[in-house]
Amino acid sequence: MHSSITIVGASLAGVRAAEALRSEGFKGNIKLLGDEAHIAYDRPPLSKSFLEGEMTSEKLSLLTTEKINELELEIRIDSRVSSLDIESRTLEVKGGVEEFDALIIATGARARKLPNTEKISGIHTLRSLDDSIKIRDSFKSGNPKVVVVGGGFIGCEVAATASALGIEVTIVESQEVPLSHVLGEEAGKVISELHTNNGVQLKCGVEVQEIRGDSQVEGVLLGDGTLLEADLVIVGIGAVPNTEWLENSGLTIENGVCCDQTCLAAPNIVAAGDVARWYHRGYGKSIRLEHWDNAAEQGKHAALRLLQTEAEAQPYAPIPWFWSDQFDRKIQLAGISDPEDDFEVIVDSPEEGRYTAIYGNEGRLKAVLGINRPRHVMQFKSLMENKASWKEALDFAREIK
Amino acid sequence: MRVVVDFDLCESNAICMQIAPDIFEVRDDDFLYVLNETPSEDRRSNLEESVQRCPKQAISIEE
Repeated sequence: MHSSITIVGASLAGVRAAEALRSEGFKGNIKLLGDEAHIAYDRPPLSKSFLEGEMTSEKLSLLTTEKINELELEIRIDSRVSSLDIESRTLEVKGGVEEFDALIIATGARARKLPNTEKISGIHTLRSLDDSIKIRDSFKSGNPKVVVVGGGFIGCEVAATASALGIEVTIVESQEVPLSHVLGEEAGKVISELHTNNGVQLKCGVEVQEIRGDSQVEGVLLGDGTLLEADLVIVGIGAVPNTEWLENSGLTIENGVCCDQTCLAAPNIVAAGDVARWYHRGYGKSIRLEHWDNAAEQGKHAALRLLQTEAEAQPYAPIPWFWSDQFDRKIQLAGISDPEDDFEVIVDSPEEGRYTAIYGNEGRLKAVLGINRPRHVMQFKSLMENKASWKEALDFAREIK
Repeated sequence: MRVVVDFDLCESNAICMQIAPDIFEVRDDDFLYVLNETPSEDRRSNLEESVQRCPKQAISIEE
């Protein structure tokens, strides 16, 4: 048994890892190191209710003082870890060297930025509490014109929040249909229409050519020559796993920390959450997810892995699941969808704002998309966990129609 | 033990229904219904998983 376990990354995966260690009876020291100035907090509301202004930052907290004491955590904020040496089993933390027995890597991912825009104010990505506070404050000052670069889930959520606040907002998306690379064109159009029907402007099939403005952003020039006026630009063009600190560690890094099917990256070192790429036995390949539910579950799984022998270790092979709240719609996706998959719409009720569609290939049910249909999503998710065939899924669809 | 749902927080994500369908049900009206408020002890691990995986942390267990 290890005498102490160090967790690098104090967000959801790290916190859930710490909780799992204690509930499994681990008595040693748990060190939780975070690089932000805030104690662990929940991120999904940052693009939704928190951004809208109806929520205080206390409500986001994942760890109360009471909980920290109960779990007996040695928690350190503002403590960026700059390197790992797996031979000497040491970490470099803010210039000092610290030893560890066992390690949980949970450093997450960061938002990808537009290049060469650091000196222009009014351009934001949205990942941290501080990002959300800045954008929220900008939403309130005057009547800003907002351009969202990237029509992915984060971009769509921010645009929906801005629009609900009465702010003029345009999404710029390089694909012809937002989200079509994940959901396919037909379902992508359903979500596009939700936005256009609610007053969001969409500029699709066009790239950002230039950000205009010297010290303060003034506009966004598009590849087709359109100049969009902007007081505020929010960039949602994907995330990059935070692995730079591991470059010379001896671990394998390929768009994430590479782990085996049990989340083990090296002896006594595991990874979890957005930073982890692991071999998913169910899909027969290595994947990396950026979902809330995965961070929570993988944090727990990886932590328990450190307490197990190789023989006891369990593969981590969940059906991925996430949600995105936009306007009054709850969009959920379970499984992994591919635009090339077979696609079947089960429910399409624009007047109720409800929609369910399933994805399949090679005779298997692969994913379900639901808009205000959480019940269906979970029913099909259960089918996927039971490795349902495409035919079984279609039969079930007929039953619930 | 007693299942307590804070319905002000609940957004009907329905993950609880998938984990413990004998305790939770999100019906066609999109609302969550607690089917069994006092489940037996052998349902504890599923119930705890529902508590942990609720994105809104809307479920708790009262002993």
